[in-house]
Amino acid sequence: MPFKRFVEIGRVALVNYGKDYGRLVVIVDVVDQNRALIDAPDMVRCQINFKRLSLTDIKIDIKRVPKKTTLIKAMEDADVKNKWENSSWGKKLIVQKRRASLNDFDRFKVMLARIKRGGAIRQELAKLKKVAAA
Amino acid sequence: MAPTSKLSQGIKKASRSHTYHRRGLWAIKAKHGGAFPKAEKTDAAAAAPKFYPADDVKPRQPSTRKPNPTKLRSSITPGTVLILLAGRFMGKRVVFLKQLKSGLLLVTGPFKINGVPIRRVNQAYVIATSTKVDISGVDVEKINDKYFARDKKKKAKKTEGELFETEKEATKDLPEFKKEDQKAVDAALIKAIEAVPDLKTYLGARFSLRDGDKPHEMVF
Repeated sequence: MPFKRFVEIGRVALVNYGKDYGRLVVIVDVVDQNRALIDAPDMVRCQINFKRLSLTDIKIDIKRVPKKTTLIKAMEDADVKNKWENSSWGKKLIVQKRRASLNDFDRFKVMLARIKRGGAIRQELAKLKKVAAA
Repeated sequence: MAPTSKLSQGIKKASRSHTYHRRGLWAIKAKHGGAFPKAEKTDAAAAAPKFYPADDVKPRQPSTRKPNPTKLRSSITPGTVLILLAGRFMGKRVVFLKQLKSGLLLVTGPFKINGVPIRRVNQAYVIATSTKVDISGVDVEKINDKYFARDKKKKAKKTEGELFETEKEATKDLPEFKKEDQKAVDAALIKAIEAVPDLKTYLGARFSLRDGDKPHEMVF
Protein backbone atom coordinates (compact mmCIF):
# COMPACT_ATOMS: atom_id res chain seq x y z
CA MET A 1 0.00 0.00 0.00
CA PRO A 2 1.30 3.53 -0.68
CA PHE A 3 2.07 5.90 2.14
CA LYS A 4 -0.84 7.78 3.64
CA ARG A 5 0.74 9.96 6.33
CA PHE A 6 3.29 12.46 5.04
CA VAL A 7 5.70 14.82 6.69
CA GLU A 8 4.30 18.20 5.66
CA ILE A 9 3.69 21.54 7.22
CA GLY A 10 0.64 21.16 9.39
CA ARG A 11 1.01 17.44 10.05
CA VAL A 12 0.16 16.58 13.65
CA ALA A 13 2.58 14.11 15.18
CA LEU A 14 3.22 12.41 18.49
CA VAL A 15 6.65 12.66 20.11
CA ASN A 16 7.75 9.13 20.95
CA TYR A 17 11.15 9.69 22.54
CA GLY A 18 12.81 12.19 24.78
CA LYS A 19 11.84 14.96 27.14
CA ASP A 20 8.52 15.68 25.41
CA TYR A 21 7.50 12.03 25.18
CA GLY A 22 3.78 11.66 24.56
CA ARG A 23 3.16 15.24 23.43
CA LEU A 24 1.05 16.07 20.38
CA VAL A 25 2.91 18.54 18.17
CA VAL A 26 2.53 20.12 14.76
CA ILE A 27 5.26 20.12 12.12
CA VAL A 28 5.67 23.77 11.17
CA ASP A 29 8.79 23.55 9.01
CA VAL A 30 11.33 21.05 7.72
CA VAL A 31 14.94 21.79 8.57
CA ASP A 32 16.68 19.17 6.45
CA GLN A 33 16.49 15.53 5.56
CA ASN A 34 16.36 14.44 9.17
CA ARG A 35 14.88 17.20 11.23
CA ALA A 36 11.68 19.17 11.49
CA LEU A 37 10.66 22.25 13.36
CA ILE A 38 7.75 21.46 15.64
CA ASP A 39 5.44 23.57 17.71
CA ALA A 40 2.60 23.04 20.15
CA PRO A 41 0.39 25.47 22.06
CA ASP A 42 2.13 24.83 25.38
CA MET A 43 5.75 24.52 24.39
CA VAL A 44 8.60 26.49 22.88
CA ARG A 45 9.06 25.85 19.17
CA CYS A 46 12.03 23.53 18.64
CA GLN A 47 13.63 21.18 16.17
CA ILE A 48 13.37 17.45 16.46
CA ASN A 49 14.54 14.43 14.52
CA PHE A 50 11.91 12.65 12.45
CA LYS A 51 12.83 9.44 14.19
CA ARG A 52 11.40 10.87 17.37
CA LEU A 53 8.04 11.55 15.76
CA SER A 54 5.11 9.28 15.03
CA LEU A 55 2.88 10.82 12.38
CA THR A 56 -0.86 10.87 12.90
CA ASP A 57 -3.75 11.13 10.47
CA ILE A 58 -4.53 14.66 11.54
CA LYS A 59 -3.43 17.62 9.45
CA ILE A 60 -4.10 21.29 10.00
CA ASP A 61 -4.04 24.20 7.59
CA ILE A 62 -1.15 26.51 8.36
CA LYS A 63 1.53 28.40 6.50
CA ARG A 64 5.25 27.77 7.11
CA VAL A 65 6.21 28.68 10.72
CA PRO A 66 3.07 30.47 11.88
CA LYS A 67 2.91 32.67 14.94
CA LYS A 68 1.84 30.95 18.11
CA THR A 69 -1.59 32.56 18.18
CA THR A 70 -2.14 31.65 14.53
CA LEU A 71 -1.14 28.10 15.27
CA ILE A 72 -3.49 27.85 18.23
CA LYS A 73 -6.36 29.23 16.18
CA ALA A 74 -5.66 26.81 13.35
CA MET A 75 -5.60 23.92 15.78
CA GLU A 76 -8.91 24.93 17.22
CA ASP A 77 -10.46 25.37 13.80
CA ALA A 78 -9.36 21.90 12.82
CA ASP A 79 -10.55 20.59 16.19
CA VAL A 80 -7.33 18.63 16.69
CA LYS A 81 -7.97 17.85 20.34
CA ASN A 82 -11.33 16.19 19.82
CA LYS A 83 -10.25 14.40 16.66
CA TRP A 84 -7.29 12.99 18.54
CA GLU A 85 -9.23 11.95 21.64
CA ASN A 86 -11.87 10.23 19.53
CA SER A 87 -9.41 8.34 17.39
CA SER A 88 -8.69 4.81 18.52
CA TRP A 89 -4.99 5.64 18.94
CA GLY A 90 -5.81 8.62 21.13
CA LYS A 91 -8.32 6.62 23.14
CA LYS A 92 -5.76 3.89 23.78
CA LEU A 93 -3.27 6.43 25.10
CA ILE A 94 -5.83 7.93 27.42
CA VAL A 95 -6.64 4.52 28.85
CA GLN A 96 -2.95 3.72 29.27
CA LYS A 97 -2.41 6.98 31.16
CA ARG A 98 -5.40 6.33 33.37
CA ARG A 99 -4.28 2.81 34.19
CA ALA A 100 -0.78 4.01 35.05
CA SER A 101 -2.13 6.61 37.44
CA LEU A 102 -4.35 4.20 39.36
CA ASN A 103 -4.04 4.22 43.13
CA ASP A 104 -3.68 0.96 45.10
CA PHE A 105 -7.31 1.35 46.19
CA ASP A 106 -8.34 2.02 42.58
CA ARG A 107 -6.61 -1.13 41.46
CA PHE A 108 -8.51 -3.06 44.11
CA LYS A 109 -11.81 -1.59 42.94
CA VAL A 110 -10.93 -2.48 39.35
CA MET A 111 -10.28 -6.05 40.44
CA LEU A 112 -13.67 -6.25 42.15
CA ALA A 113 -15.35 -4.81 39.05
CA ARG A 114 -13.65 -7.32 36.73
CA ILE A 115 -14.72 -10.20 38.93
CA LYS A 116 -18.27 -8.87 38.96
CA ARG A 117 -18.29 -8.42 35.19
CA GLY A 118 -16.88 -11.90 34.68
CA GLY A 119 -19.55 -13.32 36.92
CA ALA A 120 -22.33 -11.57 35.02
CA ILE A 121 -20.93 -12.79 31.69
CA ARG A 122 -20.71 -16.33 32.93
CA GLN A 123 -24.28 -16.21 34.20
CA GLU A 124 -25.56 -15.05 30.83
CA LEU A 125 -23.51 -17.70 29.09
CA ALA A 126 -24.93 -20.35 31.36
CA LYS A 127 -28.43 -19.19 30.55
CA LEU A 128 -27.72 -19.31 26.84
CA LYS A 129 -26.15 -22.73 27.13
CA LYS A 130 -29.21 -23.96 28.95
CA VAL A 131 -31.42 -22.63 26.18
CA ALA A 132 -29.22 -24.18 23.51
CA ALA A 133 -29.16 -27.53 25.27
CA ALA A 134 -32.92 -27.59 25.54
CA MET B 1 79.11 35.02 100.69
CA ALA B 2 82.48 34.37 99.13
CA PRO B 3 82.81 30.78 98.06
CA THR B 4 85.00 28.53 100.19
CA SER B 5 88.24 27.85 98.44
CA LYS B 6 88.84 24.32 97.31
CA LEU B 7 91.98 22.26 97.83
CA SER B 8 91.02 19.91 95.07
CA GLN B 9 87.87 18.78 93.31
CA GLY B 10 85.35 18.13 96.07
CA ILE B 11 87.70 18.86 99.02
CA LYS B 12 87.01 22.11 100.81
CA LYS B 13 89.56 24.00 102.80
CA ALA B 14 87.29 24.94 105.72
CA SER B 15 85.44 22.47 107.96
CA ARG B 16 81.67 22.11 108.19
CA SER B 17 81.40 23.94 111.47
CA HIS B 18 83.71 26.70 110.27
CA THR B 19 81.64 27.29 107.12
CA TYR B 20 78.42 27.17 109.13
CA HIS B 21 79.74 29.91 111.38
CA ARG B 22 81.07 31.86 108.42
CA ARG B 23 77.75 31.73 106.55
CA GLY B 24 75.99 33.34 109.50
CA LEU B 25 72.84 31.22 109.30
CA TRP B 26 73.00 31.14 113.14
CA ALA B 27 72.49 34.92 113.15
CA ILE B 28 69.45 34.71 110.85
CA LYS B 29 68.03 31.93 112.98
CA ALA B 30 68.53 33.94 116.14
CA LYS B 31 66.79 36.91 114.52
CA HIS B 32 63.72 34.85 113.65
CA GLY B 33 63.31 33.06 116.96
CA GLY B 34 65.31 29.91 116.43
CA ALA B 35 63.95 28.70 113.11
CA PHE B 36 65.06 29.51 109.64
CA PRO B 37 62.39 31.67 107.96
CA LYS B 38 60.51 29.73 105.39
CA ALA B 39 59.19 31.51 102.29
CA GLU B 40 55.41 31.29 101.93
CA LYS B 41 54.20 28.90 99.30
CA THR B 42 52.93 31.02 96.43
CA ASP B 43 49.83 29.90 94.53
CA ALA B 44 51.87 29.68 91.38
CA ALA B 45 54.25 27.26 93.03
CA ALA B 46 51.41 25.23 94.42
CA ALA B 47 49.45 25.22 91.19
CA ALA B 48 52.33 24.34 88.89
CA PRO B 49 51.87 20.66 88.09
CA LYS B 50 54.82 18.44 88.68
CA PHE B 51 54.09 16.49 85.47
CA TYR B 52 53.85 17.95 82.01
CA PRO B 53 52.86 15.52 79.25
CA ALA B 54 55.17 15.27 76.28
CA ASP B 55 52.54 16.30 73.63
CA ASP B 56 49.89 18.98 73.81
CA VAL B 57 46.79 16.83 73.29
CA LYS B 58 43.27 18.16 73.78
CA PRO B 59 41.32 15.98 76.21
CA ARG B 60 38.41 14.11 74.57
CA GLN B 61 35.06 15.56 75.54
CA PRO B 62 31.82 13.58 75.51
CA SER B 63 29.60 14.56 72.60
CA THR B 64 26.76 16.94 73.38
CA ARG B 65 24.98 16.10 70.10
CA LYS B 66 21.34 15.18 70.50
CA PRO B 67 19.74 12.89 67.89
CA ASN B 68 16.99 14.52 65.85
CA PRO B 69 13.42 13.22 66.01
CA THR B 70 12.65 10.75 63.25
CA LYS B 71 11.45 12.52 60.12
CA LEU B 72 8.02 11.34 59.02
CA ARG B 73 7.64 10.86 55.28
CA SER B 74 5.46 13.60 53.81
CA SER B 75 3.21 10.98 52.24
CA ILE B 76 2.26 9.64 55.68
CA THR B 77 -0.41 11.71 57.45
CA PRO B 78 -2.91 10.64 60.12
CA GLY B 79 -5.52 8.51 58.40
CA THR B 80 -3.29 7.25 55.60
CA VAL B 81 -3.72 3.62 54.60
CA LEU B 82 -0.34 1.91 54.84
CA ILE B 83 0.78 -1.44 53.44
CA LEU B 84 2.90 -3.41 55.91
CA LEU B 85 5.86 -5.00 54.21
CA ALA B 86 7.31 -7.30 56.84
CA GLY B 87 6.44 -9.24 59.92
CA ARG B 88 3.42 -11.20 60.94
CA PHE B 89 1.03 -8.87 59.15
CA MET B 90 2.98 -8.66 55.90
CA GLY B 91 0.80 -7.35 53.10
CA LYS B 92 -1.96 -6.10 55.35
CA ARG B 93 -3.46 -2.72 54.65
CA VAL B 94 -3.64 -0.76 57.82
CA VAL B 95 -4.65 2.72 59.04
CA PHE B 96 -1.98 5.11 60.35
CA LEU B 97 -2.90 6.92 63.58
CA LYS B 98 0.08 8.95 64.74
CA GLN B 99 3.83 8.99 65.09
CA LEU B 100 5.11 8.12 68.56
CA LYS B 101 7.98 9.86 70.30
CA SER B 102 10.31 6.96 69.54
CA GLY B 103 9.74 7.60 65.83
CA LEU B 104 7.66 4.46 65.28
CA LEU B 105 4.25 4.71 63.65
CA LEU B 106 1.13 3.88 65.66
CA VAL B 107 -1.14 1.80 63.50
CA THR B 108 -4.38 -0.16 63.76
CA GLY B 109 -6.13 -2.64 61.43
CA PRO B 110 -8.85 -1.92 62.56
CA PHE B 111 -8.81 -5.19 64.44
CA LYS B 112 -12.29 -6.25 63.44
CA ILE B 113 -11.55 -5.73 59.77
CA ASN B 114 -8.19 -7.37 59.30
CA GLY B 115 -6.91 -8.63 62.64
CA VAL B 116 -4.17 -6.06 63.10
CA PRO B 117 -4.34 -4.64 66.65
CA ILE B 118 -3.06 -1.27 67.84
CA ARG B 119 0.57 -1.76 67.01
CA ARG B 120 3.84 0.03 66.45
CA VAL B 121 5.52 -0.21 63.08
CA ASN B 122 8.71 1.17 61.63
CA GLN B 123 8.36 3.65 58.80
CA ALA B 124 10.94 1.79 56.74
CA TYR B 125 8.76 -1.32 56.49
CA VAL B 126 5.74 0.45 55.14
CA ILE B 127 4.38 1.65 51.80
CA ALA B 128 2.20 4.71 52.13
CA THR B 129 -0.78 4.71 49.79
CA SER B 130 -2.56 7.87 48.81
CA THR B 131 -5.84 6.62 50.29
CA LYS B 132 -6.84 8.51 53.42
CA VAL B 133 -9.43 7.64 56.06
CA ASP B 134 -11.18 10.26 58.12
CA ILE B 135 -9.57 9.96 61.53
CA SER B 136 -11.10 12.95 63.27
CA GLY B 137 -13.28 10.92 65.60
CA VAL B 138 -10.39 8.84 66.96
CA ASP B 139 -8.66 9.65 70.25
CA VAL B 140 -5.15 8.23 70.53
CA GLU B 141 -3.79 10.72 73.03
CA LYS B 142 -3.13 8.27 75.83
CA ILE B 143 -1.29 5.67 73.75
CA ASN B 144 2.46 6.16 73.80
CA ASP B 145 5.63 4.08 73.77
CA LYS B 146 5.27 3.07 77.45
CA TYR B 147 1.92 1.46 76.59
CA PHE B 148 3.81 -1.16 74.60
CA ALA B 149 6.46 -1.92 77.20
CA ARG B 150 6.83 -5.58 78.09
CA ASP B 151 5.64 -6.74 81.54
CA LYS B 152 8.55 -7.64 83.77
CA LYS B 153 8.37 -11.36 84.50
CA LYS B 154 8.58 -12.23 88.16
CA LYS B 155 11.14 -15.01 88.69
CA ALA B 156 9.80 -17.63 91.08
CA LYS B 157 12.39 -19.66 92.93
CA LYS B 158 12.57 -23.11 91.45
CA THR B 159 13.46 -26.27 93.24
CA GLU B 160 15.86 -28.65 91.56
CA GLY B 161 13.12 -30.90 90.36
CA GLU B 162 11.17 -28.11 88.77
CA LEU B 163 14.22 -26.80 86.96
CA PHE B 164 14.37 -29.78 84.73
CA GLU B 165 10.70 -29.85 83.91
CA THR B 166 9.61 -28.02 80.80
CA GLU B 167 8.88 -24.53 81.98
CA LYS B 168 5.18 -23.86 82.21
CA GLU B 169 5.01 -20.31 80.97
CA ALA B 170 2.01 -18.42 82.14
CA THR B 171 -0.15 -17.93 79.06
CA LYS B 172 0.16 -14.30 78.19
CA ASP B 173 -3.40 -13.05 78.14
CA LEU B 174 -4.09 -9.58 76.84
CA PRO B 175 -5.01 -7.31 79.74
CA GLU B 176 -8.58 -6.12 79.60
CA PHE B 177 -7.71 -2.47 79.31
CA LYS B 178 -5.87 -3.13 76.05
CA LYS B 179 -8.91 -4.85 74.60
CA GLU B 180 -11.03 -1.90 75.67
CA ASP B 181 -8.61 0.56 74.11
CA GLN B 182 -8.70 -1.37 70.85
CA LYS B 183 -12.49 -1.23 70.76
CA ALA B 184 -12.52 2.46 71.61
CA VAL B 185 -10.03 3.38 68.89
CA ASP B 186 -11.67 1.22 66.27
CA ALA B 187 -15.27 2.27 66.90
CA ALA B 188 -14.98 5.70 65.30
CA LEU B 189 -12.61 4.40 62.63
CA ILE B 190 -14.91 1.64 61.44
CA LYS B 191 -17.75 4.12 61.05
CA ALA B 192 -15.56 6.32 58.87
CA ILE B 193 -14.42 3.31 56.86
CA GLU B 194 -17.89 1.98 56.19
CA ALA B 195 -18.86 5.36 54.79
CA VAL B 196 -16.57 4.76 51.81
CA PRO B 197 -17.71 2.00 49.43
CA ASP B 198 -15.37 -0.99 49.11
CA LEU B 199 -12.91 0.43 51.66
CA LYS B 200 -13.77 -2.23 54.23
CA THR B 201 -13.05 -5.11 51.85
CA TYR B 202 -9.95 -3.26 50.68
CA LEU B 203 -8.58 -3.11 54.21
CA GLY B 204 -9.50 -6.73 54.77
CA ALA B 205 -7.52 -7.92 51.77
CA ARG B 206 -3.76 -8.43 51.71
CA PHE B 207 -1.55 -6.76 49.14
CA SER B 208 0.56 -8.89 46.86
CA LEU B 209 2.39 -8.52 43.58
CA ARG B 210 0.96 -10.38 40.62
CA ASP B 211 2.41 -11.29 37.25
CA GLY B 212 3.11 -8.17 35.23
CA ASP B 213 3.16 -5.81 38.20
CA LYS B 214 6.01 -3.34 38.08
CA PRO B 215 6.25 -1.89 41.60
CA HIS B 216 8.67 0.82 40.53
CA GLU B 217 6.04 2.09 38.08
CA MET B 218 2.99 1.56 40.27
CA VAL B 219 1.37 4.53 41.87
CA PHE B 220 0.43 3.81 45.46
